Amino acid sequence: MSFFKKLKDKLSNQTDQVTDKFRDGLSKTRESFVGAMNELMMDYRTVDEEFFEELEDILIASDVGVNTVMELVDELREEALRQNIKKSVDLQPLISEKLSELLVRDEQETKLNMQEDSLTVILFVGVNGVGKTTTIGKMAQKFKNEGRRVMLAAGDTFRAGAIEQLEVWGERAGVEVVKQQAGSDPAAVMYDAIQSAKSRKADVLLCDTAGRLQNKVNLMKELEKVKRVLTREIPEAPHEVLLVLDATTGQNAMTQAKMFGEATDVSGIVLTKLDGTAKGGIVLAIRNELDIPVKFVGLGEKVEDLHEFDPDQYVHGLFADVIEREEQESS
Amino acid sequence: MAFEGLAERLQGSMKKIKGKGKVTEQDVKDMMREVRLALLEADVNFKVVKQFIKDVKERAVGQEVMDSLTPGQQVIKVVNEELTELMGGEQSRLNTAQKPPTVVMMVGLQGAGKTTTTGKLALHLRKKHNRKPLMAAADIYRPAAIKQLETLGKQLDMPVFSMGDQVSPVEIAEKAVAEAKEEHHDYVLIDTAGRLHVDDDLMGELDQIKAAVKPDEVLLVVDSMTGQDAVNVAESFNERLGITGIVMTKLDGDTRGGAAISVKAVTGKPIKFAGMGEKSDALEPFHPERMASRILGMGDMLSLIEKAQTNVDEEKAKELERKMRSNDLTFDDFLDQLAQVKDMGPIDELLQMMPGAGKMKGMKNLQVDDKQIAHIEAIVKSMTKEERDNPAVLNGSRKRRIAKGSGRNIQEVNRLIKQFDEMKKMMKQMTGMSKGKKKGGFKMPFM
Repeated sequence: MSFFKKLKDKLSNQTDQVTDKFRDGLSKTRESFVGAMNELMMDYRTVDEEFFEELEDILIASDVGVNTVMELVDELREEALRQNIKKSVDLQPLISEKLSELLVRDEQETKLNMQEDSLTVILFVGVNGVGKTTTIGKMAQKFKNEGRRVMLAAGDTFRAGAIEQLEVWGERAGVEVVKQQAGSDPAAVMYDAIQSAKSRKADVLLCDTAGRLQNKVNLMKELEKVKRVLTREIPEAPHEVLLVLDATTGQNAMTQAKMFGEATDVSGIVLTKLDGTAKGGIVLAIRNELDIPVKFVGLGEKVEDLHEFDPDQYVHGLFADVIEREEQESS
Repeated sequence: MAFEGLAERLQGSMKKIKGKGKVTEQDVKDMMREVRLALLEADVNFKVVKQFIKDVKERAVGQEVMDSLTPGQQVIKVVNEELTELMGGEQSRLNTAQKPPTVVMMVGLQGAGKTTTTGKLALHLRKKHNRKPLMAAADIYRPAAIKQLETLGKQLDMPVFSMGDQVSPVEIAEKAVAEAKEEHHDYVLIDTAGRLHVDDDLMGELDQIKAAVKPDEVLLVVDSMTGQDAVNVAESFNERLGITGIVMTKLDGDTRGGAAISVKAVTGKPIKFAGMGEKSDALEPFHPERMASRILGMGDMLSLIEKAQTNVDEEKAKELERKMRSNDLTFDDFLDQLAQVKDMGPIDELLQMMPGAGKMKGMKNLQVDDKQIAHIEAIVKSMTKEERDNPAVLNGSRKRRIAKGSGRNIQEVNRLIKQFDEMKKMMKQMTGMSKGKKKGGFKMPFM
């Protein structure tokens, strides 16, 4: 049974709705990627060094990341030699498979670590403008819909209008926002928030923080302090530290993950704005080069477009065309 | 750091050449591969890289590299020159309307930093050009975006035009321009909502705003961390709106910022400003030649020198320069410098511009905040004159006394002395660099 056939079977017990969401959200990436691949096959009929260089370019163009691409293409070179593949079309299925394997090969925990009978504290971190506050707003709504008692902590006391922005999301979701004045100590806000979350018996506390560039040592220290305050109040907290990454970010995403990981022990990644970019390849780089699982992906503007990440669905979304073609050929 | 600069990358291929009497075409090819990877890792778009490598190869394979005594220098020089050229000539200024107000429209993706940049640009116009700008809040979609601009306005004491979020952005823009005329503002900066370049409806709205207010500048705000997609974003906004310039934001981060080359290459529009920090005055004119060396991982000496020039008073600077050259820096100078540096802005930003600063051992500890500066002052002031002039005399008992006198602990005293030594070393390197520059050559540590 082919790799994609197996995948298809695995997904058949999931709802079509989820499949469609990934399919649509990834359409940009798929179109540009598949288009480029088809062109490659037309331009280079034989598998030679030029073919591989062009392939490298296509993958790099999807932000897969230079290291990952070099590894992957080297593997393909070997494989082509071993299996004596001469025609480029014959290599195509192998390329799709190798890419897919990158996504699904090691089982990473993509589910959130939710405490079922006590308070779950989730801390959101990331650079400026990636969509932390928006993600919290959407997640608040999602948890509320699941019937949980949600509270928000307005820990971005620096950026103008950040507290108000979170409040608007709080109102929309109908959840309480714990805040202090702009400019106050974010650690103090967290202390307040965790106290009120405990006393009101909230199920989930979502903690916003100010965006900061990872090379600002003092700001990263501040973030460490924020986290320490949470841990002091509840030893297991924060139960999740989610790094919010903008999918349009290039190679700097790796540095972000590394530095935020060192400062706050990031437990998962939320990849936002994936629908707007043709560059969903960053997911592959993250999977390949980092030990941090992607837990959520933003596939659109609406609340329900923030979706739990499912590697199988992601692969399906990326290679929907290939999968359909295989199906047609076999039937 | 995850990325190696081109300098480090080329080291390998340079070593190979060193042993040989002649540089072959294969050597150039090898070097070009490193250049290609360095640019790709810096997020320069792959198509742009391809063309670039082709151009450089043509120049490099010719005699310039072959006849040169130091081929490595030549390659870096060629690459740097081509890159600078690709990024356009010198810095540009804002277009101005024949009849005020000059209308500037800020556009871009979500989270690129439009609102923050609007505030910075307004302050820049007032501070540097003595203008009277009006900021207009036309982002009616993102929650509290209007509030953000209003808060910025309050902080900067800058007027903000807003009509709430129930009015169409087109109307807000029109009314803002009318208000500016009425109130004799010479600039109107329109902050629009962030949108995806593929969102047809919202892009149409920008068309309408443009048609309604006929802006003199349409500035595309681009996050300098953007990856390969930067070309598509820039291309779409440019085709649709005909942008007139670009602002690169978040350049105070550690990204190489290859997106700058990409957007310039595909739009042909000048990069006019660079966002260099969180504070409102952290907006600087864009310098292509500095960006080129940053993308190549060669630091940003020129920016640093200019920064020092605008902030350090002339006489003291001269004295400092003399001391830097003769390398007899004392703790008193150190203190003096700290005070001046404090005026220049956050120290970590300054350090970032230093070539090789990230790599130097002990440099990390040099990242001090303002509170720490006060501690340092206390420590230095607890030293005797002799100790300040000649730190070599500092022994255990002297250090203990200094620690007691300043109310800090002995580790901190030790750390400061270490930092002072590092700083001396850094100064030495800096003077070495600027001297090398004067001779017109590049001076890389490995050459």
